[in-house]
Amino acid sequence: MILNQFLLLAAALFCIGVYGVLVRKNGMLVLMSVELILNAVNINLVAFGALTDDVGGEVFALFTIAVAAAEVGIGLAIVLLMYRNRRSIDLSEADLMKG
Amino acid sequence: MNALLAAALPLAAEAPTSVSSVTRDANWFLENVWIIPLLPALSFLAILFFGKRMPKKGAEIGIAAVGLAFVLAIITGFAWLDHRDNFDGPLAESPATGIEPAQGDKLEDPTASHEGDDEHAIAVVSEDGTSSADSVALTADPVDDGHGEEGHAYVAVQNSTQWFQSGGIEFSAGTLVDGLSVMMLFVVTIISLLVHIYSTDYVGGDRRYTHYFAFLSLFTASMLFFVVSDNVLQMIVGWELVGVCSFALIGHWWEEKPNSDAALKAFLTNRVGDVGLLVGMITLFFAAGGGKTFDTLSITNTINQGGVSHTALVVAAAALMAAVMSKSGQFLLHTWLPDAMAGPTPVSALIHAATMVVAGIYMVARLYPVFWEGMQIPGSSINLLATVGAVTLVGAGLLAFVQTDIKKVLAYSTVSQLGYMAMALGVGAWTAAVFHLFTHAFLKANLFLGSGSVAHAVHSFDMKKDMGGMRKFMPQTYKTFIIGSVALAGVFPFAGFWSKDEILTGTGGWGILGGTGGPGTYTFHLAMGMIGAALTAAYMTRCVYLTFHGEYRGNDHAHDDAHADDHADDHADDHAHGDPHESGPRILYPLYILSGFSIVIGFVNFPPGIALIPDGWHERFLHFVEPAGASYFPGVGHGTPSYSLAIISSLVAFAGFGLAYRYYFVKVDNLAKSTGQHLTELPNGLVTTRGWARAGHKVLVEKYYLDHLYTGIIAGGTKGPIAKAANWTNQHLIDEVVDTAGRTAVKTGQQVYARIDQGVIEGVINGSGRISDATGEELRRINSGKVQNYAAILFAGAALLAGAFIILLAL
Repeated sequence: MILNQFLLLAAALFCIGVYGVLVRKNGMLVLMSVELILNAVNINLVAFGALTDDVGGEVFALFTIAVAAAEVGIGLAIVLLMYRNRRSIDLSEADLMKG
Repeated sequence: MNALLAAALPLAAEAPTSVSSVTRDANWFLENVWIIPLLPALSFLAILFFGKRMPKKGAEIGIAAVGLAFVLAIITGFAWLDHRDNFDGPLAESPATGIEPAQGDKLEDPTASHEGDDEHAIAVVSEDGTSSADSVALTADPVDDGHGEEGHAYVAVQNSTQWFQSGGIEFSAGTLVDGLSVMMLFVVTIISLLVHIYSTDYVGGDRRYTHYFAFLSLFTASMLFFVVSDNVLQMIVGWELVGVCSFALIGHWWEEKPNSDAALKAFLTNRVGDVGLLVGMITLFFAAGGGKTFDTLSITNTINQGGVSHTALVVAAAALMAAVMSKSGQFLLHTWLPDAMAGPTPVSALIHAATMVVAGIYMVARLYPVFWEGMQIPGSSINLLATVGAVTLVGAGLLAFVQTDIKKVLAYSTVSQLGYMAMALGVGAWTAAVFHLFTHAFLKANLFLGSGSVAHAVHSFDMKKDMGGMRKFMPQTYKTFIIGSVALAGVFPFAGFWSKDEILTGTGGWGILGGTGGPGTYTFHLAMGMIGAALTAAYMTRCVYLTFHGEYRGNDHAHDDAHADDHADDHADDHAHGDPHESGPRILYPLYILSGFSIVIGFVNFPPGIALIPDGWHERFLHFVEPAGASYFPGVGHGTPSYSLAIISSLVAFAGFGLAYRYYFVKVDNLAKSTGQHLTELPNGLVTTRGWARAGHKVLVEKYYLDHLYTGIIAGGTKGPIAKAANWTNQHLIDEVVDTAGRTAVKTGQQVYARIDQGVIEGVINGSGRISDATGEELRRINSGKVQNYAAILFAGAALLAGAFIILLAL
């Protein structure tokens, strides 16, 4: 089995995800980019699991998916509340944590 | 193992190894006497913690504990009687150096648990008791045959356990039971019990009632602990504990200066002797214990078998002598004892009868071989112990004549009787000394408690001012006091007669008038003993007359607080005026019991040769108490009593009584009646008319100037120069050092402040403050509040770490 293609795919997905998280102003899109990062990790886990003929990779991927589901639930709730309070989900405007 | 240890010690190689007269396997009550001191010790703690909350303020705990101890002492006594005659169990093997196999085992097996060493099973079956017949033969005393027929070997019971171990020396703690300790257990517990009961009335309503009973318990516990000790180290502990308790009880009413002074005097005088005790015990430890053991029996065994040099024994005996002089009030160091009358009367009874002062006598009796060899008692006619005793006996007897305080008369009487005991030990009459201790305990407790009963009624101890004619008011106290007095004076057949006669017999002087001699020929001491007998009878007659006969003098003057009032004020006010009356039952019953003992207790040791007495009744006390033929006891010979000596000593006592009677009961009484005055002495007696008599009287009143010698010359003479030297040292040496140190410190401090504190430390602190301020100013720009900026930094950091990781791996 050739591992490289999976790793390259995962790296590409990861970079797209990071790019999205860093530059997108829309909160929904940032959340989706986070999903891309997580799935890049999942691809890596499954790929290495298959390489070493170990079911642990898949199991970890399943855990990650479950955690991602919970995370996205919370993330969507935050975005929803943000929209309700400000009528906007533009992250550049959300700077309450400024020191 | 034993052989190895023995070879390591030169002493062990010289001294013969023998079977000692001790067992570790006897009746349960004989093995477990430690319970008896433990009971009052627990009672002490219980009274301290819970006493005040109890309905009787703690007195019931003390009485219950001492009562139980008394019952146990009785049972132990009976167990001993059976053991003495019938014991045929295994003896414990003990080499003369006293290194016990338990120690050997310890060296072999260091992992052995401590429980394993308790009551180490070293009892080795060996030859039966007849092996000690050799030493019986050594006594060369025909009288011994009298009880030799009963012939059973004397075997003490020891039960010891390891206390701690240090530097290869095993320190054990344990109990030693033989006739002597059983006798002491009985005496201490019964006197203490009666004193406890008596005290509930006597110190009733006192402000430190609970505290008083706590210390009575501790006092009893200490003395019991002392008498059952199986090693000299434990004896020292008990000895000091007794001293501390006496200090606390003598100073019970410490609010008044004389009382606390008396307590201090008792304590400090005893410290002088304690130095002697320590020196003596340490000498014994190295000379007789081989530097390995404190065990009393090992030490006495070794000495008894000649394993110790004479010089060492002389040193030890002389040092221990100092301890006896202070504790048992022997001449020169007896001065604390009359002052100790400042304590409550029941305490005086306890101190003088059963505890404290007899500790010294007990110690000599327990370590008798030290004195037997060290003082060269056998075959001699003079030695230090006997002479000190004889001088004390007469000197204190004379002092008793000039006392006006009834308790001081009894105190000097005690000193005098202790002189008898010390003299008896000194002349080799061991059993007579111990027997006198035994009878004296009962009759002196009787007299002290009787004097307390009188004082309770008149609120004073002054015979001349506040007493007189008391027989009309206190008939019961009078009867018991008379019994105590005649017993003390040695009137046939009361207790004191038997023991005093035995002491006189034991001196062996004058060929003891038809009988055969004791271990030596102490003629001088016999004479002193005779004089003492006359003095005792005379001063007791005087005391009885002044207290109980004549007219009551207490109403001559108003009672005021200036009197040495023995009581809490609230109690005294009840009946401060009017005629005194008889004491209550809690005071009288102890008196009845003690006077009963004063009559009959002498019968336990009938001398041999009285035809009227059944054969088996002679010398029971001697048979059960004296360790005759035991390996740890010297072969003490006994004088054979003779009728002539008994009659002469009785006549001498009657002469003393007669003279005093003629003076007080006839001359003074008649003059008082004819003139209607209250007289306590003749206005034109010898003391007022003759110069030499006046001088003698003055010497007695000043107590031989001993107190002046101690406080004025010795203490004062050393105090002045020491104070001056101390002052000089203080001003010139210590102050100088302190001043210099102070000045240097101030200068250093100033420098440190200016340079280090202001310069270095302040600089560092201010600098760090400024740096963090500036850094924070820069860093706050990053803190934009935008999540994406944070995420960017996070990713950058993660990327940097990952890059560093990869580089590190590649390297």
